[in-house]
Amino acid sequence: MSVNGADLTEQDYLDVAEAAVAAARKAGAEEAEAAVGAGNDFSATVRQGKTEKLLESGSKGVSLRVFVGGRAASVSTSDFSPAAIRRAASDAVDLAKISDPDEYGGLPDAGFGLSADPDDLETYDPATATLTPERLIDWAGRAEQAAFDAHARVTNSDGGTAGRTTMRVTLANSHGFAASYRRSSCGIGIEAIADDEDGKKRNGWWWSSHRSASQLESPEAVGRTAAERTVRQLGARQAPTGAVPVVWDVTVGPALLGIYARAADGHAAYRRSTFLLGREGETIGSASAVIVDDPTRPGLPASRPFDGEGLPTQRNVLFDAGRFTDFLLDTYSARKLGKTSTHSAGRGGALTTVTTSNFFIEPGTHTPDEIIASVDQGLFLTDLIGFAENITTGDFSRGAGGIWIEGGRLTYPVSEINVSGHLAEMLANLDMVANDLQFRSGTAAPTFRIGTMMVSGQ
Amino acid sequence: MSVQAPQTTDRFFAEQYGLGTAELGRLLDLALGRGGDYADVFAEYSLHRNINFEEETIKSASASTAQGVGVRVVSGDAIGYAYSEDFAWSSLQRAARTAGNIAQAGGQHAPIAVATVPLPDYYAVASPAVNEPAEAKLDLIRRADSTARAYAPTITHVMVMFAEEERRTMVATSEGVLAADVQPRVTLALQVVSERNGDRQSAFQGSAAREGLAYFTDEYSPEETAREAARMATTLHDAVDAPAGAMPVVLGNGWSGVLLHEAVGHGLEADFNRKRTSLYTDRVGEQVAAPGVTLIDDATLPGYIGSLNMDDEGTPGQRTVLIEDGVLVGYMHDWISARHFNTDRTGNGRRQNYHHYPVPRMTNTYLLGGEVDPDEIIRSVDKGVYCVNYSGGQVNISNGDFVFSTVEAYLIEGGKQTAPLKHTSLIGNGPTLLQNVTMIGSDPDIPKRTGTCGKEGQGVPVGAGCPTLLVSELNIGGTQQ
Repeated sequence: MSVNGADLTEQDYLDVAEAAVAAARKAGAEEAEAAVGAGNDFSATVRQGKTEKLLESGSKGVSLRVFVGGRAASVSTSDFSPAAIRRAASDAVDLAKISDPDEYGGLPDAGFGLSADPDDLETYDPATATLTPERLIDWAGRAEQAAFDAHARVTNSDGGTAGRTTMRVTLANSHGFAASYRRSSCGIGIEAIADDEDGKKRNGWWWSSHRSASQLESPEAVGRTAAERTVRQLGARQAPTGAVPVVWDVTVGPALLGIYARAADGHAAYRRSTFLLGREGETIGSASAVIVDDPTRPGLPASRPFDGEGLPTQRNVLFDAGRFTDFLLDTYSARKLGKTSTHSAGRGGALTTVTTSNFFIEPGTHTPDEIIASVDQGLFLTDLIGFAENITTGDFSRGAGGIWIEGGRLTYPVSEINVSGHLAEMLANLDMVANDLQFRSGTAAPTFRIGTMMVSGQ
Repeated sequence: MSVQAPQTTDRFFAEQYGLGTAELGRLLDLALGRGGDYADVFAEYSLHRNINFEEETIKSASASTAQGVGVRVVSGDAIGYAYSEDFAWSSLQRAARTAGNIAQAGGQHAPIAVATVPLPDYYAVASPAVNEPAEAKLDLIRRADSTARAYAPTITHVMVMFAEEERRTMVATSEGVLAADVQPRVTLALQVVSERNGDRQSAFQGSAAREGLAYFTDEYSPEETAREAARMATTLHDAVDAPAGAMPVVLGNGWSGVLLHEAVGHGLEADFNRKRTSLYTDRVGEQVAAPGVTLIDDATLPGYIGSLNMDDEGTPGQRTVLIEDGVLVGYMHDWISARHFNTDRTGNGRRQNYHHYPVPRMTNTYLLGGEVDPDEIIRSVDKGVYCVNYSGGQVNISNGDFVFSTVEAYLIEGGKQTAPLKHTSLIGNGPTLLQNVTMIGSDPDIPKRTGTCGKEGQGVPVGAGCPTLLVSELNIGGTQQ
């Protein structure tokens, strides 16, 4: 059951959005746009065989953007009553008086629409919404038990977790655009913990996530993988310091991709705070560096028919065989830079943001094993911690853990080390990409190799 | 309006939403209808406002309100939690029943009656920012912007963000407690870009407090915050590559406290120890740090963003000694962990908002000062690194491994601070770091900076501080061998 909002139909959400736009126009806004979000979540955690947490939540909200004489403001509220909507509209128009006029602001001039029928994008499975608490509790418990069963060294866990989430995104604006789509997701995850010889604890994660329960890995498979990833870290020591090839595991590649997304954000460009500034059209990466944002591909975690401004989504190739094609842009950053929106708007406050959707490195032809076999001395990187990247300069530095590679084989685990490099050089040195791309979340990467990075340990 | 005395703040939810003592008692009864050891009802009404300034114009203004009620039921070690964003009685009943489903034992309990408990006041604000005219805030923003742009001709982009918040919370528990609070917060932050001969650098500086606009004077004036951001960005033009490998590290006084927060503090949050996933599990009474190291978590510092009149379980904020002269004294507790360890709650049960149930969190965490002259600490290092400002960090609770990112650091050569270093990482292990603290400066400081701590997807405002410290060995993640 849902706590909130699930009784509302698609038409109800469209009505709320359109009422908010109409109220804003009536209050004096030249342009207005309302985004209505609603979601329902349930998750269960089982730890040491006992149900430890059952969490249920439902939330909804309307976020209204207005432009009055070129001045921007936004107001959001979770109250959908007509009186609250009217109040939000008049508050937003009042708030806009604080702002200065901005010639680059405002909604897109035209071109609103959907890239595909939401149903054809396969973002929602109605069966996910009806996954029962009992079933999710069962999955969570089985994932944890499988981790304990897989290895005697696994002695504790942070709990097996299973959950589902469903959400609806609705957008309407004063240009007459109004549309809505749903998304579902469910998942199973577990963090297994083992005690090392020196008393240190080692932990490893695994999870599976999909819009449909039928496509999830089994709880047993999730638990086993988490156990393997934990146990292989037992006895970790520091790596030697030096410049070596680094092979990025599928769990850490997405973190690096996320950094390139921030550097390729049109807002970072007009704020002059990205190392990619002025390098549009330049070949920065290797031929293997094909990085794509594609919200139009059906059935992936972040597929969507329209962006945060109601423009139809499109496939954007950010790096085409190493060539930086252009920034990802919403209407505002596009106008600031004298370019055209790539229909990549996300929702912020009074200004939109730029967001990625299904964002990935195009898979290559190698197997992950071939990539590891190609390294004489180097690091198989499986863990990253910290946030030390500077997208203004392109300097990258992160705490890391993984497994040392010698003679093309995985040898001993390493931890408390650091990997560093420069984001542009790392793309240039991206020299092998594997064929194992899987979307566990919107941002995904296959296993890949960066030919040389600085690893500092002893 | 001024910040109201606790006995009137709880009336806000009664007057606005009809959620008075009688209704709270009935909800708690309903939550425990299937059994369970404990229940609480958490109501929140938060107002946030933002003004964004960039390229010498007020780009936008935003406002948002969030209100909701969360009901939690604890049964053994299990937690049921559900919330509602509307205050309709049927929705609140549904949330209470949903949370109550965690309990299966059944059983009777006496009807629950809640009564208001008195609270301290660590953020008495004469004139809350949310009631001040917009022009006063725009003036702060413009002063910050013009100071940053005037700092150097190389400053090419300035972004200023002003934010204000008023967070009203109320907690009613099955133990009969009713407590309510109004938590103010103001923030002014800058992001500046400096460009010199094609070299582009950026820096961020922010200040925040549970105070009114009067906070933005002297050390925390918009001019001072702007100069700091501009100074850091321009200094980076002369930065050299950081060294790689293990060496002595001097942690500057003040904001280096965030490193202790991350590397040590999280491991002392009692939930990890209750679940035996922290490396500090079962180690109370043991020497876990070098002699002289005393670590405190303190929600009672007036005006700090980590300070709390009450936590999100209705427990008054307090000062808790975690490590005393190197010996682990205790953990930070919420209701669940305090029961587990059969000890007192410490007022650390916090949540980001009504979407979440509370977990043990830090408030303002700092290391007490020692006796060594900070200059002498630098002089004692032949080759090492001096760290002043950080962008953030992360710890693995299970084993204490942490990484911290510096945004302002310098080489130490022959006992002298020399070249500034490019952004780099400090990689280490929390317990090892504390054992390796070999000098403690006489200059403890707890700056009022913007700090948000994330845990289990929940962000809460925190403070941190320390004196100048010498760590005899720490890994630097630079690129120079």
